[in-house]
Amino acid sequence: MALILKINGVEKVLDINPQEPLLYVLREEFGLNGSKFGCGLQQCGTCFVLADGEAMPTCLQPCQNFQEMDIITIEGLADGDKLHPLQESFFNEQAAQCGYCLNGMLIAGLALLKKNAKPNEDEIRIALDKVICRCGTHSRFIRAVKKASETHSKF
Amino acid sequence: MDIFKTNRRDFLKNTGHLIIGFNLFPFSSCSTTENEVSYNTYDGIPERAHINRDLIDSWIRLDAEGHLTVLTGKQELGQGIRTTLMQIAAEELDIEMEKCHIINGDTGQTANEGYTAGSNSVEGSGKAIREAAAEARDFLLNIIASNWNTEKSHLTVKNGVITGPNGQESSYWELLDGTYYEAKISGNAPIKSPKDHSLIGQAIPREDIKKLVKGEAHFVHDLRLPGMVHARVIHPPAYGAKLKNVDLQTVHEMPGVLKTIRDGSFLAVIATREFQAINAWQQLKESAEWELTEIKVLPKNLFEDLKQNAQAAQVIEDSPGIIQKINQSSKKHKATYLRPYHMHGSTGPSCAVAQWESGQLTVWSPTQGVYPLQATLSDLFDIEKENIRCIGMPGSGCYGHNGADDVSAEAALIAKHYPDAPVRLQWMREDEHMWEPYGSAMRIELQAGIDSQGLITTWDTHIWSDTHSTRPNGNAGHYISARHLENSFEFKKGGFSGGSYRNATPLYNISSKRLQLYNYDGPLRTSALRGLGAYGNIFALESFMDELANLADEDPIEFRKNNLDDPRAIAVLDKLAKETDYHNRIQQSNTGYGIAFAKYKNSAAYFAVLAEVEVHHEKKEFHLRRLTGVIDAGQCINPDGLINQTEGGMIQSASWTLLEEVRYDERGILSKDWNSYPILRTKQTPEVKVHVINRPEEKPLGAGEAAQGPVAAAIINALSSLLGKRVYKLPLREYFEV
Repeated sequence: MALILKINGVEKVLDINPQEPLLYVLREEFGLNGSKFGCGLQQCGTCFVLADGEAMPTCLQPCQNFQEMDIITIEGLADGDKLHPLQESFFNEQAAQCGYCLNGMLIAGLALLKKNAKPNEDEIRIALDKVICRCGTHSRFIRAVKKASETHSKF
Repeated sequence: MDIFKTNRRDFLKNTGHLIIGFNLFPFSSCSTTENEVSYNTYDGIPERAHINRDLIDSWIRLDAEGHLTVLTGKQELGQGIRTTLMQIAAEELDIEMEKCHIINGDTGQTANEGYTAGSNSVEGSGKAIREAAAEARDFLLNIIASNWNTEKSHLTVKNGVITGPNGQESSYWELLDGTYYEAKISGNAPIKSPKDHSLIGQAIPREDIKKLVKGEAHFVHDLRLPGMVHARVIHPPAYGAKLKNVDLQTVHEMPGVLKTIRDGSFLAVIATREFQAINAWQQLKESAEWELTEIKVLPKNLFEDLKQNAQAAQVIEDSPGIIQKINQSSKKHKATYLRPYHMHGSTGPSCAVAQWESGQLTVWSPTQGVYPLQATLSDLFDIEKENIRCIGMPGSGCYGHNGADDVSAEAALIAKHYPDAPVRLQWMREDEHMWEPYGSAMRIELQAGIDSQGLITTWDTHIWSDTHSTRPNGNAGHYISARHLENSFEFKKGGFSGGSYRNATPLYNISSKRLQLYNYDGPLRTSALRGLGAYGNIFALESFMDELANLADEDPIEFRKNNLDDPRAIAVLDKLAKETDYHNRIQQSNTGYGIAFAKYKNSAAYFAVLAEVEVHHEKKEFHLRRLTGVIDAGQCINPDGLINQTEGGMIQSASWTLLEEVRYDERGILSKDWNSYPILRTKQTPEVKVHVINRPEEKPLGAGEAAQGPVAAAIINALSSLLGKRVYKLPLREYFEV
């Protein structure tokens, strides 16, 4: 059975196992790198995508569950060479060490900002709490989301 | 894309050696298509094997097209070393950062700089690169001075352009014009004076973060090579388990499965797609029957066993009659500190890609040391090192010896059964949690005496610890899976490293000191975790310092200062007091303050920290509100990089200290995921602030591990002041768990 997925505005008809979690489809069929395998247990947020505006893990959910959803990955955020304001803010704050969790932090932050463009620090901390970071870059991620919210009102 | 187009032997034969500039080869262009993204050798210079550390172009290459390429044997681990090393080279040569590129550890190209460990990269590789860059500059200036019939001292350089006294101009690259020059590092080339630095000391942003925010290929995990297949390893359920039976037939019939591999107790599967490999892994895991070995020493008696069953004392430092001296002291104190096993806990499970072609092995690896990996693979496969190429690529942050080396060896073991195709192996979460070598549990007993002036006169240290280094430095038995093969390799612990007593000798002025180490062969696999023994030793030493300060009835900062001579140590404490307004802090009953200090390895960066812990709800719930640190790492190359590393170390250490402990029982490791091994997340993360004391005239000092130990002690000291009693055992979950 053919399966249709729309990723970053691009629709693809795929002939794959509909039970395959979206993460592997993103990496193998769409050639994307942003979403990463972290735990395969929906505990760490490394594999997040924005699905209809929500930060959702992709490491367990079958890809067929994402049909008819609008899926955005971090590769779909920049407008050509122009970074998305949240990407810009992450870069300006140099919010990364190894960078493996960055996808999850960025997507979790973006999902928050889309609902609440002026979150307070507690709201930011709660939104990012779903994502595991081992390098200890937490304070920079919090700051990057905060700074983006201060300079932009719509995400 | 074929990254092996250049046959390096032919290349060497044809070119002889050592050049600092060349344009002999056209750019080897790397086409990237969507399905073939990702591994780019920098396309500005052709590949060439490393020859000799004394040659300029082993570290620095200027091509004819206007680029500077830096070569380092050190790996990017998320510490920002790429930017830092490029800054060093660009500074000496006066070249813009935009023109700089860097190649990290690759046995086909770079120097052998061992492991990227011990906070040594700036002190080691940075020094070599600085000298090579200075030499290259001097060499080129000599040529042009002669061409223009002038003195070197009359030349200036800016943005790679040399200007002469009569306004003559030539860029380095115009000067080279494709000519080869042979030059060695004499060590006599003038190094720029710090007062002339324009790039060093600047917070140059890491450009790789721009790639990361866009989701561009960056990690070894993102490597996709033509014909690549996916593998999984089915690790035993516990240490020492032997594979008795497994149903391979069912797995062979599963979609996409290309091959199963069973060699003794080493079990693996290869499939076309990653998810197919995972399904097969699951099936094999369920059908495999193992003969188990019980773990004898359990958590409830671990710290007793450390003391009872360790080897005889190894005297590291002695002071005859010390116990008598302590007993004769005006005041004396004794305490025991315990730290559990901690995990590296990399966010991304380890991953590597390996390929065997005509008896030649290539491994793309997130290892901390490509040459040690090459040497150990040579032992594992009994082939010459020359037939193995190890290419270092960024992995998920490792913080020491995690699963990176094991996964590289396993990828190579699996790929050997499936020649010609690149085989990508990524560990599952439980593989990383259960099989990485942990930071060792430690027991530390301290005893000291102080005189009537509050000066420490005697200090006696006893440390019980398993090893802090089992890196596979040439011995295949250090790979877990090599021990599981039918023809297994034996693991020989091979002596306990000095890591166990790192930072155990106090930096304080103490006339009589003794240090004894009891090596212990513990129940869990251990190796290097950020700071090695320094984390446990400083936790103990700096907790003990607070207890002594209390005994002497002195303020903890003043007590430390009174017992220190080193002005730089005193300076970080003074700055900490000033930045936090420490002496005017308002004593609130719900806030505890704790400070700690260390000079990492007693030879690297100085670091002092203040922890602020709040208590709520009738002293039942504690919260680590803030950590403020001051670091002196000598000449600071990139302040934001230094701050980022230090903040990270502080938060990571806070996580170890507050929450972490590897759990296990007689059947094996119980900490298999993030629920059974919780770490600090953003809700609980303290505010962190780092102040830098920059000393441009001093040599740069390793800083990546400076925060680990002091943060633990500062938190304990803050907590203890609130509790009104001392806490001696980590972690502090009973107080801080939410």
